[in-house]
Amino acid sequence: MSATTVPPQPDSSTVTKRVTSRGSKNGQHRRLGGWWLPYALLAPAILFELLIHIVPMATGVWVSFIKLTQIYLRNWGAAPFVGLGNYSVSLDFNSAIGKSLLNSFLVTCGFTVLVVGISWGLGMAAAVALQRAFRGRGLFRTLFLIPYAIPIYAGIITWKFMFQKDTGAVNHLLFDNLGLPGDKPFWLIGDNAFLAIVIVAIWRLWPFAFLMLMAGLQSVPQDVYEASAVDGAKPLRQWSSITLPMLRPVNVVLVLVMFLWTFNDFNTPFVLFGSTAQPPAGDLISFHIYNASFLTWNFGTGAAMSVLLLLFLLVVTSAYLLFVNRRSKRA
Amino acid sequence: MRDTVGTKVFRVVTLVVLTLFTVIPLWVMITTSIKPLGDVQNAFAWIPEHITLEPYIHIWQTVPLAQYFLNSLIVCTVATFVSLIIAVFAAYGVSRWRFRGRGAFTTTVLSTQMFPGVLFLLPLFLIFVNIDQATGIQLVGTRLGLIITYLTFVLPFSIWMLAGYFDGIPRDLDEASKVDGTGAMGALWHVVLPAARPGLVAVGIYSFMTSWGEVLFASVLTTGPTQTLAIGLQQYSTQINVYWNQIMAASLVVSVPIVVAFLLLQRSFVAGLTAGAIK
Repeated sequence: MSATTVPPQPDSSTVTKRVTSRGSKNGQHRRLGGWWLPYALLAPAILFELLIHIVPMATGVWVSFIKLTQIYLRNWGAAPFVGLGNYSVSLDFNSAIGKSLLNSFLVTCGFTVLVVGISWGLGMAAAVALQRAFRGRGLFRTLFLIPYAIPIYAGIITWKFMFQKDTGAVNHLLFDNLGLPGDKPFWLIGDNAFLAIVIVAIWRLWPFAFLMLMAGLQSVPQDVYEASAVDGAKPLRQWSSITLPMLRPVNVVLVLVMFLWTFNDFNTPFVLFGSTAQPPAGDLISFHIYNASFLTWNFGTGAAMSVLLLLFLLVVTSAYLLFVNRRSKRA
Repeated sequence: MRDTVGTKVFRVVTLVVLTLFTVIPLWVMITTSIKPLGDVQNAFAWIPEHITLEPYIHIWQTVPLAQYFLNSLIVCTVATFVSLIIAVFAAYGVSRWRFRGRGAFTTTVLSTQMFPGVLFLLPLFLIFVNIDQATGIQLVGTRLGLIITYLTFVLPFSIWMLAGYFDGIPRDLDEASKVDGTGAMGALWHVVLPAARPGLVAVGIYSFMTSWGEVLFASVLTTGPTQTLAIGLQQYSTQINVYWNQIMAASLVVSVPIVVAFLLLQRSFVAGLTAGAIK
């Protein structure tokens, strides 16, 4: 794409030849200014990644092996080493801690499948519906991107207001406007909390799927559709045999990124429910671990739970990439 | 090529459903922000009975919103620019050189996207405290700590996207520039960066929006005068009253600048995504 913005160089091949012939075995390094140059270019990024991501991460793993409670917080080098003790507490599903962690994990799995699946579906539907030019297309495109551009907490806090029992828009719509029988339910307390959190997360996420798929569709040439239409292909068939395969590279990345974001989602439950009330039905795993560490002041167990979460994500991601790569090799 | 009836029905249904889904919360946000508190505390009404602009005046008094606004603006702007500079260098290195450790670097950087924030929140806090004790550089409760944190959060995606973008710029162009005597940095400045402008805009928007919406680390790393909008917005409901009309007014005030900026730059954003992330 960018190549079109720059005029092509007619003598580029001779230039390359001249440059490479000048160097010996490591000519590639020499012509680009010394072997250390790429490392110098990467140094600032490596420094910040070490300080903010890698070292804290490693520390977190270490914390998961010690008994870091409030007593040892000021002098955490003195906290006793407990080995896998924090892990066995977290994974003891007969105890209250393990049982609520298991519940939170299952809730998060259901949440992720629903949110990623539906967001992808809506994004795809919108991208396909706006694929062909028509009057007002730009307006819809702009409108659909607004929830993505709105700051996360501002969008979620609006939904929190809409989900209020007596003053909210959702109950007003369902019971006053549409005339559903029965009493207005709570949405942010009890089992309905799951539905509420799924809806809010989809509202935030689907525009991202739409954005990526729309960008991907721009590289699908229009004449492929026209040719297949001449051959008598129906729209659904065109979608499954042209659009979907062409979007495969986008989908591979998109689904993975949406999975990781959704599974680690902290903002939605934190803003929707607040830090004091956590309905078990909306107790996503990041939120659960946050509460387990900061409300009980037991950081060792919290860290152990986080490491387990990381291992789970690592296994799922690796399996996914393996599966995707094998399929693309076969194809 | 004519649309079939089925295609038309699909398109209309999709657009109507998604428009309603998108617009209803926006409508609630806007109308609630101009309702008096008494009306907001009663049953919901789609059309406001009384209209007042008072919430827009009160939001600045109930909570020091201007201060939070300034904090968010400083933190996000600085984090965006610094991360962009660092990402440009790193992406240039990854895209133009084959060196030992290249694969390890890209894999590690991308795998940080998997890290659950809750796992390194406390260690990061403790490391910041230790740095403060050892060097006197305050990183907890200051804007600096938040800036460093945010710029690192957006680095992986920025590097990945820019590297993809740079890959799309023919190497021959910067080789030619280097032969002319400008060196590797000259080639970056004169050839690669001008050609990568949409990618830079896209990454910049992404970084700014991500920082602007971050809640978890802002809640732990800031105190009183350095708190950002993400934290400030929650304070309208810790009082005796929940000032929903003010919350909606403040949400709107906080959202409008970034939504407008995003919509103005959306073409660049999509172009940057197409060339960078999607290949």
